[in-house]
Amino acid sequence: MKATGKALKYGNNVDTDVIIPARYLNTSDPSELAKHCMEDIDKDFASKAAKNKNTVMVAGSNFGCGSSREHAPIAIKASGISCIIAATFARIFYRNAINIGLPIMECPDAARDIKENDEVEVDFDTGVISNLTTGNKYDGVPFPGFMQEIIASEGLIGFIRKQASKRL
Amino acid sequence: MGMTMTQKILAGHAGKKEVKAGELIMSSLDMVLGNDITAPVAIREFARIGMDEVFDKAKIALVPDHFTPNKDIKSAEQVKILREFAREKGIINYFEVGQMGIEHALLPEKGLVVPGDAVIGADSHTCTYGALGAFSTGVGSTDMAAGMATGKAWFKVPEAIKFVLKGKPGKWIGGKDIILHIIGMIGVDGALYKSMEFVGEGVHALSMDDRFCMANMAIEAGAKNGIFIVDEKTEQYVHEHSDRDYVVYEADSDAVYSEEHVIDISKIEPTVAFPHLPENTRTVGEAGEVKIDQVVIGSCTNGRIEDLRIAAEVLKGRKVYTDVRCIIIPATQKIWKQAMNEGLFDIFIDAGAAVSTPTCGPCLGGHMGILAKGERAVATTNRNFVGRMGHPESEVYLTGPAVAAASAVAGRITTPDDLD
Ligand code: SF4
Repeated sequence: MKATGKALKYGNNVDTDVIIPARYLNTSDPSELAKHCMEDIDKDFASKAAKNKNTVMVAGSNFGCGSSREHAPIAIKASGISCIIAATFARIFYRNAINIGLPIMECPDAARDIKENDEVEVDFDTGVISNLTTGNKYDGVPFPGFMQEIIASEGLIGFIRKQASKRL
Repeated sequence: MGMTMTQKILAGHAGKKEVKAGELIMSSLDMVLGNDITAPVAIREFARIGMDEVFDKAKIALVPDHFTPNKDIKSAEQVKILREFAREKGIINYFEVGQMGIEHALLPEKGLVVPGDAVIGADSHTCTYGALGAFSTGVGSTDMAAGMATGKAWFKVPEAIKFVLKGKPGKWIGGKDIILHIIGMIGVDGALYKSMEFVGEGVHALSMDDRFCMANMAIEAGAKNGIFIVDEKTEQYVHEHSDRDYVVYEADSDAVYSEEHVIDISKIEPTVAFPHLPENTRTVGEAGEVKIDQVVIGSCTNGRIEDLRIAAEVLKGRKVYTDVRCIIIPATQKIWKQAMNEGLFDIFIDAGAAVSTPTCGPCLGGHMGILAKGERAVATTNRNFVGRMGHPESEVYLTGPAVAAASAVAGRITTPDDLD
């Protein structure tokens, strides 16, 4: 599986309150959440993500810190983001992204070097991230086997359904 | 190789003799929690799994606390999803307005978590119950759905950082000052993916309310969980609140820690976290002149009875500064009643503060005290991110209840000792 797209770049500690502010959490409808995604730090995020199609988010350390709201990865996914590359992810966000099937990749070097609007390609099987604009390549951390299985089942719910049907 | 306290609890719940840091395990769960924001998503995912029943009607807790009493039609619809699901599945621990409180204050009070438990909650501050010597951690709604269906969750076994506490805290110093000091020291990702284990004789000097506050903010250092050793105070608390049997786990003497910090809590001063990260800490002495518009005393971090008593001690016979709104929110109905019976509300109301029914409310910028553009609040809550309490250009300063109450009186950030 691969994702390609133009990079949208953000800093360290992008928290779930800026990804989707709590004032919009009285709904869990993905398309409504997407309208407000990142708006407190980047007013044009929704239009940029929609315009470019297959946009890749690139950020520093501790991406997604803060609350456990799954609305955060849901909003990003519904905005049309195909992958997030970050130096590190906050742990609940990491779990949630995998559990809902939003591809993410940890790679401090790529997160540092890639610039806004660079064309990026991510290969999830090998973990290789290519910056098509500069020609640089980086080794990201591919998902461990257990998580690959969850992703192959299109998230945790699919994984459990498969297991439940095996047991029957 | 020796195991940490957290590793031992996880091994016990995975049916293993030993687990190692980095290992992926499937753990059984003693409690699965959700609230009015996260549970509706979990309930939708639960339906997709296609199971008729939850794994255990007594081991699920649904607490509508964030936008309740329902602040608008959308919130009312969300809570309705919880209520109907709870009825349909026969879930015992559903708490309606009138019985509910902020989830992380409510669950220990209701005796729903005891030492040695493994708990997940679709709320990041689920780590609070580590104060009781339990493993508890925040997850997302999909994890919650899977937990409700199977009674299990996957975990990567964490490494741990050991915090050895010594000494006794000074007057006006509480768990909040200590944990803010620690987060200031290690940073908001200082414990990423790890456990924070609090040990040492200094722990005995801390009340359970102090420990709940500290474990609560482990997530603010990026930790998977925070956990305290179990002592007489823990056992007394558990006996007063629960009939359940419990297991006391201790770390092995040869357990391996990735870091160790010794903290003399007698040296900690009143501490404040400046916007917009909990790691931006300073002592109140170094804060300078910060004028404020609002004070919030409440939340799952500092809305417990001791917090209210401290606030009352400071506010007694004093007035809230003319330009400040002071909002006090007891975290549960039980705390509310206790505060009322102790006469704390007379003190608050005479001082010119508002007292609210239990709710998360302003803590997450939900309702009951939202900030306008450019406004500043001192809050005993746990997060001061951009826009957390309202307008993206408002500011939140995090403190304990003593500094918050004193600041309400002075109209700027200060300590009780600096009043009059
Ligand atoms: S009080 Fe604040 S931090 Fe605690 S559960 Fe409610 S919203 Fe979350």
